[in-house]
Formats: sequence, structure tokens, C-alpha cells
Amino acid sequence: MNIYEQTGRIFDIQRYSIHDGPGIRTIVFLKGCYLRCRWCCNPESQEYKLQELTQGGKTRTVGRDVTVGEVMDEIRRDAVYYSRSGGGVTLSGGECMAQPEFSEALLRAVHEYGYTTAIETTAFASREVVDRLLPHVDYFLLDIKHMDSEKHRQFCGKPNDVILENARYIAQNAKNLVIRVPTVPTFNASAEEIAAIARFADSLPRVGELHLLPYHRLGQDKYAGIGREYTLSHITPPTNEEMEQLAAAARAAAPRLHVQIGG
Amino acid sequence: MGELKFVIQKSPRIDRLIAHLFAKMPEIEADRAELVTESYKQTEHLPIIKRRSAAFRYILENIPIVIRPEELIVGSNSLAPRGCQTFPEYSFEWLEPEFDTIATREADPFYISKETVERLKKVHPYWKGKTVSDLAAAGMDPEVLDVFLNHGMFTVGNYFYNGVGHINVNYAKVINKGLEAIIDEAKAAMAKLHRGMGDYQKRKQFQEAVIESCEAVIAYAARYADLARREAAYCADPARRAELLEIAENCTRVPGKPARSFYEACQSFWFIQQLLQCESSGHSISPGRFDQYMYPLFKKDMDAGVLTYEKAQEYIDCIWVKLNDLNKVRDAASAEGFAGYGLFQNLIVGGQNEQGVDATNDLSYMCMEATMHVRLPQPSLSIRVWNCSPHDLLIKAASVTREGLGVPAFYNDEVIIPAIMARGLTLEDARDYCIIGCVEPQKGAKTDGWHDAAFFNMCRPLELVFSNGMDKGKQIGLRTGEVEQMTSFEEFFDAYKKQQLHMIEMMVHADNAVDYAHGVRCPLPFESCLCDDCIERGLSLQEGGAHYNFTGPQGFGIANMTDALLAVKTLVFDEKKVTMAEMKQALADNFGKGILPKKAVELTTQITRELMAGGASVNDDTIRTVYRNLTNAETVDPAKKARYAEILSMIEALPKYGNDLPEIDSFAREVGNTYTKPLEHYTNPRGGIFQAGLYPVSANVPLGYQTGATPDGRLAFTPIADGVGPASGRDVKGPTATANSVARLDHGIASNGTLFNQKFHPSALSSMASLEKFVAYLRGYFDQKGMHVQYNVVSRETLIDAQKNPEKYKNLVVRVAGYSALFTTLSRSLQDDIIARTEHGTVK
Repeated sequence: MNIYEQTGRIFDIQRYSIHDGPGIRTIVFLKGCYLRCRWCCNPESQEYKLQELTQGGKTRTVGRDVTVGEVMDEIRRDAVYYSRSGGGVTLSGGECMAQPEFSEALLRAVHEYGYTTAIETTAFASREVVDRLLPHVDYFLLDIKHMDSEKHRQFCGKPNDVILENARYIAQNAKNLVIRVPTVPTFNASAEEIAAIARFADSLPRVGELHLLPYHRLGQDKYAGIGREYTLSHITPPTNEEMEQLAAAARAAAPRLHVQIGG
Repeated sequence: MGELKFVIQKSPRIDRLIAHLFAKMPEIEADRAELVTESYKQTEHLPIIKRRSAAFRYILENIPIVIRPEELIVGSNSLAPRGCQTFPEYSFEWLEPEFDTIATREADPFYISKETVERLKKVHPYWKGKTVSDLAAAGMDPEVLDVFLNHGMFTVGNYFYNGVGHINVNYAKVINKGLEAIIDEAKAAMAKLHRGMGDYQKRKQFQEAVIESCEAVIAYAARYADLARREAAYCADPARRAELLEIAENCTRVPGKPARSFYEACQSFWFIQQLLQCESSGHSISPGRFDQYMYPLFKKDMDAGVLTYEKAQEYIDCIWVKLNDLNKVRDAASAEGFAGYGLFQNLIVGGQNEQGVDATNDLSYMCMEATMHVRLPQPSLSIRVWNCSPHDLLIKAASVTREGLGVPAFYNDEVIIPAIMARGLTLEDARDYCIIGCVEPQKGAKTDGWHDAAFFNMCRPLELVFSNGMDKGKQIGLRTGEVEQMTSFEEFFDAYKKQQLHMIEMMVHADNAVDYAHGVRCPLPFESCLCDDCIERGLSLQEGGAHYNFTGPQGFGIANMTDALLAVKTLVFDEKKVTMAEMKQALADNFGKGILPKKAVELTTQITRELMAGGASVNDDTIRTVYRNLTNAETVDPAKKARYAEILSMIEALPKYGNDLPEIDSFAREVGNTYTKPLEHYTNPRGGIFQAGLYPVSANVPLGYQTGATPDGRLAFTPIADGVGPASGRDVKGPTATANSVARLDHGIASNGTLFNQKFHPSALSSMASLEKFVAYLRGYFDQKGMHVQYNVVSRETLIDAQKNPEKYKNLVVRVAGYSALFTTLSRSLQDDIIARTEHGTVK
């Protein structure tokens, strides 16, 4: 099949994204994810099925089925900015590995136009799917949320063993890999937990950067909007000082890595 | 990757100069008004050009002078810091009813002492019937004057009440040759005259006025030299004494003779900048390419080892502070349109030279550094960008943008050069352009551009289509037919174009009446002698002496009109979901919504007055009812209200300008052309042509306040979209989409300038990497032939907090449509407008 005719399910396209890979990027948000991270700022992304979301008194349907060609029409509008900045397209979600046919076709199409590709992924996927996407991804932005599998399961709905195995495999085979850590109080925002992740990241070949992404609650209202309860309403975002302390802990644990706060 | 260059330590003097300047509310002074009146009374037998130079000389001989604490560059038009003089020869009537309220008004308040009020009241009667404003009004056809004063279709108020300004002069000539050389030029021109020439008298009188004006300026500098020497004699601090003596030496030398050092060049520049403002009450007297004409002496001193970067930076910083010392009082209505005490002194760095080679130098960077140091609204800092601009210059500019001062504004050489060549400039002159005021390009020191000639409200002709040319009970527009009878969108759009053209013609007529009045009543010999070809032609700028002459009135409302016309096309004609009669009624009823409380108060007063005049008895209850009806739209029947809500949501669902939709954007281009194209055919009294601009400064708020509801869903009396950007909040696809839409307009034809504001959250510029991306974004917009863009980088929360606690944010600067202003000095409605603009770069 022609890759431009491949269909997939997305819920948003965001242009002028500057914190998710090099240059100016367009992010395509895919719908559906294997994990259920309790802090997720896009809760409407988790279910694959179409959903109603009510915000500010208005209800809209989240999710739409599109072809790669349609998405490319939107992506191409910012071509001038990609070429000026070395930017391109980032697939996010949801989880792009949950729609491997669509993701692969879209990444190939982006490459055909000469833009760079990146994916933001949980790496919760089969090896077969990882292998399928690997050749078409210039930059992996991979989340490692916790080194303790049980705690990972409690907060994200799944254990972390598949993720860690895939992280090691991707590190051995990817062109570029950045490890990102959503830093969430009561979950992983302690010096020990961050240091453990940093040591793991440090052990991966060719990983040069570790990004600590401070927890924020900007997505909180959307939980009520899709009829769900937000279970983290009792926590507050880490302060700048706390983030600096965690970054220092990560740097101490992994002196080889460039550690930064934010993407 | 770029590098952040020229990060230079700020002299501690700078913050002290600023603290002194901003310690008090600005004050109105009476000296100039008294002196100009005394002089005029003595010169009634002279031709006007000689009366002007005599008055200028008399003012400069007698106006009180002051050296402010710790100043290195001296020269002030008022004793009070940021004070201002008045200019009764242009107009004065508006000031009298404001004597009691001007200190407490919302936009740009000024302190005025009882004594000053008395002094002004004494001189004002002399000017009755003698002002530029009087002559301009007399020159307008009565129905045009009525439309201008009472119907808010357009306003030519700026130059109707004030001087024109909007000029760049030959600073380089004064710095390098001195005013004595200009006196010699005028004498040489006089020597060439022979008695048989038909315009012998006129030319001779002009040259004499030039000589008198230049001599007056040299003598004024000598007064400062004396003052500095006297202060030095009493100064206990040896360091300051030495500074004062150096100031005395500078003022003895310049601007009469050529400057020998960078410091002298700075002082020479300053006297010119200051005294142009004293001669006329014009604003937007723009320093232009400061980094170019100041560079030779900077380089000479640096090469000779007698100047350091730190010292040079301190001088530049001092000039930046001085630019904020100049001030101007406007009437309350104009103050809203130009809010923020702005004098729009535009200073531009970078770009190419006359030969087409990039001309960026050290001063280009240091000018930006100065803006970071002083963090004040003046100068309006601009940067020229072209394909060969050094990347580091743009990185530096982005780092200035990040400071949230709203500057620099970015200009695209690749669009502007061909645009002004199409207006008759040579290639060399076009390459050497600078920017005047807000966004207006011109070849400096050779042009009387009459930029900012009028604000034209592009929404109002559409109202005339719906009313068949009626406004406030009067037939001021054309009879384009009953709107309900129109059978196609083409017919409707054609009616809009006809009404628009009718109003454009009235505006041109009004502008030319004002233009002519300036030539007759207020020619400016000093300003003229610093601009080509006035001396050669023996003619003042105001009478057409410049090499290039233009009139540039600016239209605004493209975004609203694009969305509005398309809403009518789609809902009324194509899909037939709404009848034209319904649309007309919906607009008249403001879509069933109540109107703004401030406007409701005004209208309540008006209605009760009419009721009483009609013999009705009016009590408190009547007044309350009228007011409630207006604010809650209670007279509109609930069934209608429900239908209006439906119509509004249909309008809201339509695609809008600003979202990178090529079909809509190309229609926006067509809408823009309905204003820009017809203007090209008109001429002005100075022998030049009209050229359109597309920007409102901040008049989109006060003129929106006079505009009823529009079919794009904009409610009555709310602000109109600012500049060429989308209407507030309607661009939802991010900054690249917005920029792509805006770039699709025809910027080249709007050679009087276009203005595109964007607001960024600080998170979009936080790191060096994001500065790189920001520069790439700017480049991408300019690759697509955008002409101008400027950025506000502030958080919404910051602005809301500043609104609540103005005292905490006294130095918060925002870019308001073409210039920077102190946010807390803006009116509440303008603050709201800024807050409402779409914000980019927030976290997903």
C-alpha cells in the first residue's frame, strides 16, 4: 500500500513545538497508550476509542482518523521553519508504538520530504514494533519513569521490565537517544530515585542527555472533562530549588551525562 | 550556533539618571508658549518663514535651561524631567477644558501647576483663528469636516492638532561638517540667486530663515557651555567638575563645528534631536541609522585608543535616557490612540548600505545592549534583517526580545527595498532606508513622508453598506442600495468597496487640507535645512522642498473585515442559513448582548437628554432602566436572543484569518487591497503621492469603541484587530500558522508600513537553543515576504498582576502596536486588549 494512504488515529497536531527535539517541530499526537500514568497531562490520549471531552462548558470529540497524506498536508505548511532550524516532526501521544503501521508510514513520509523525525515514547512495545520504527527515527525521546518495577506498576499501570529492555536495545541501535524523566512528587522526585534512573541512563551506550521534566498540572481539568478522577490533586509541582537539587543528584550519579531541567 | 556578543557592564550612573527622570509625574511648562506668542506679536510684518525662524531664535535665547544631575549629554526642552512645552501655533483649544482633568486622566496624565494654567490662559487668546488647525478646518469641505469630527470613519487628528514630525534628518552632516557648513550652504544658495528670478524673494527669505535658525541653535549650545562652566565653578566634587568642564567644551564646539570625537558626536546628535522637537510639536522624529552615522568617529577613537567599549556604551546609554526626557502632551482622545507617552523616536541598526553590502558594526550590537541597560520605551529600537545579516546580530536581537521590552522590531530589507523603489526611490536610496515612527520606511534626510497621516477604520464602510450610507441619522455615505435586496456576494462586496472608496476620498481631501495649512502657517526652517533638497530648492519641507514627498495614511481592520465578509458570503449567500435582514438586525441588536458599561453610561446620558428635549419626564428610574437595557440588552426579545446566539455560534464555527488557510488568507489579501490600491492614485499638495500603511498604532481600541457590531461576531464598541494580525484569540494554530497567514497579504504595496504583533510566553525564549529557534522562526516568516514583526514576551499572569498592582510594575514595558510603552500608563481597555491577545509557547 502507498504509505500516504495509511490511516491512523490522532487527537492533535501542534506546530511551533520547540521543546521536543531539535529545531522547530510539529508534534503529531497519536491516540491510545498502553500505560495509565497518573500525572498524564493528556488523559484524553490514553484510550484508543474516540471520546467526548468537556472543557469550559464545551464538549468536543477527541480523536480523528486520518491518512498519512492528510497529516503531511498539515506538516508541510511549516517546511520553511524546519529548513531554517533543522527541525521536523515529532510523534507523541498517546504512544506511537501502539499504532506501528501508521507511525512507520508517517515517519517514512516525513523523511521523504527531508525533515527530521523524532518520537516521544514510553518504549512499552514488542521488539518487533521497535525494530519496525528504528530505521525511520532520527531522535528518540524515551521516558524512564522509575527503576522500581512495582512502583512503576502502581503509578503507570504496567511494570517497567519491557521498557528497560527496550531502552537498552534502542540505545544500541538508535541514531540519537535522549532519556527523559517526568519528575513527579510522591512518585520519583527524590534524590535516590532520580539518581537510580540517572545511573541506568548512564549505563546505556550513546546516551548523552538526561532531561528532567518537572511535573505540572496543566492537564488536570481534562480529567473531569472526560469523566475521570484526578488522583494527584494533593501534590504540588516541584519548586525550582527542588528541581535543581534533583538535577544535582542526577549529575552526581551520572557525571558523563548532560543533565538539564526541561526539554 | 550563534554567540551572544557585546555583553557590556552598565555604568552605575545610568540607573541614577533613570531614577531622577522618573521620580515625578511629567509636567506641562508654559515658557515656550509664552515666548512664541511674544515673538509672533513682534513679527506680524514678516513673511511666515521669517516669523518661524525669529520665533525659534527667540525661544532658544530665552527658554530656561538645565543640566540634570550627573548628565554627560546635556540639553532639555523642559526644566521638569520628562516635562513638555506646548505649541499654541498648531492648536490650543483642546487643552483649556482639560486644565482640571489632565493630571488625573487615564491615558498619559500630566501635572500642570495653577501658575502654568494662568500663563497659558494669557497667551491663548492671541492664537484664536491663527492656528494650523483653524486653517485646516477652513480648508475642508463642511461635509468632510463633519465626517472627520463626528462620524469616526477616519481621523486626521494627529496633524490637525499637532506638528507633523515623522522625519529623519541629516545627523551625519551636522556631526561631520557642523551647522556652520549648513549656514555656508544657505549663503552660497543665496549668492546664486539673481534679482530677475520669479521666486527670488521666497528663496531668499527661506535661506535667511535657515541661517537665523542655525545660528540660534549654535547660540543655544553656547548657553549650555556657559551653564556648565558656571556649575563647574561651584561644584565641590572634582570628578563631576571635570565632567562639567568637558561638557562645556563639547557645547562650545558642537553642533556649530564638526565633532572631533565620539563624545562630541553624541552631544551634537543630541542637540539636533532635542531642538527638532522644540521647533515643532511633531512626534516620530526618528534618529534612523544611528549605528551608521555614529560609526566613523567611534572607530577613529577606538583605533586611537582614546575610547573603550565601556565608555562608548555609557555615552550611548546616556543618549537612550535622554530620548526618554523628551515628551509631548496630546488631547485626551489622541492620548488613547498613542498611549504610553510615546514619541516614537525610531532608531534602527543593521541592514545593508547603499552599495548592497551588510553594514552591521559594533555599534549595531551596542545599541541593543543600551536598550537592555536602560529598559525604557525610547528609542523605538528596530533592526533591519536581510539574507546576509550576521546570525550573531539576530541572536543578540532575540536576547533583547527575551527581556520583554517589546523591542526590537524586525524589518525585512527583502520586502521593503523593492516596495519603496516602486514609489520612485533609486536603488541606492532604497537600500539606505530607515524607519520612521512606528513602522514607516523611508530614505532618511531626503523625505517628507507625512507617515501616520490618518487612521482609516476599514470596518466602518461595512456599516455603511448595512445602513445604505446612513450614520447617526445622516446620509454621509453612498446609497449603495438596501442591503436586504442584494442578490449576490459580489454585489455586497462591491458595495463595500464603493463605500470604502467614498470614505478614502474624504480622508484624502481632509489630509490635503491639513497638509496645505502646515505649509502656509508652520513651515519649519530648521528641520528643512537638515533635509535634502530644501536648501537647493529654497523651499521648506512643508511646502514641498523634500526630494521625496509622500502622504501615508494607515488602514486597519483587515482581519475583522476578512472574517466578516466571509461570514456574510458563507452564511447569507452560499449556505443561506441566515437572511440578510436577520444579519442586519443582529448587528443592530449587538447579537443580543449588552454593551460595555462605559459606553452604556455615555449612551444613557445621550438618550435621557433626547428624552428630556422631547418633553418626556425623566427620573432616576428612567435612567436606571435605560442603562439596564443597554448593558443587559433587555429590550431584545428572548426568541431573538436565542436566534442571535445561534448565529454567533455559526459565525464562530467558520474558519478564520490567521490559521494558515490559503483561501481565506488570499481573500484577506484582496480585502487589504481594497484600501491600499485606490490610495495610490491620489496626490498631495507637496507634489507627492499617497501610499497606504496597514497598522493602527493603538487606535484600534478607541476607534473600535466607535464601531458597532460586525458580522465576524465582534461585539459593538470592542477593539478592532491590531495591525495585520488576526483578530484577538482567533488564531489557534500557533505562531507559525499565524505568520504564514500574515505573510500572504501583499506587504509590498503597503509601502507606508505594515505591523504584525506577536506575543510569546517567556518559555519560548528561555535558553540559547530556544533563541536559535526563535531566529529561525523569524527567518521563516521573512522568507515568505513578511515585512515587519515585533514580539511581546511576557506572561499573561504578569500582565494581570500588573493591572492589579501597577505600583509594582512601574517599569514594565510592552510593545503596543508599533512602539514600546510603560504598561501601567496605558488605559485599562488597552491593557485588556493586550492581555486578550493569543499567547504562544505555553505548555501542552
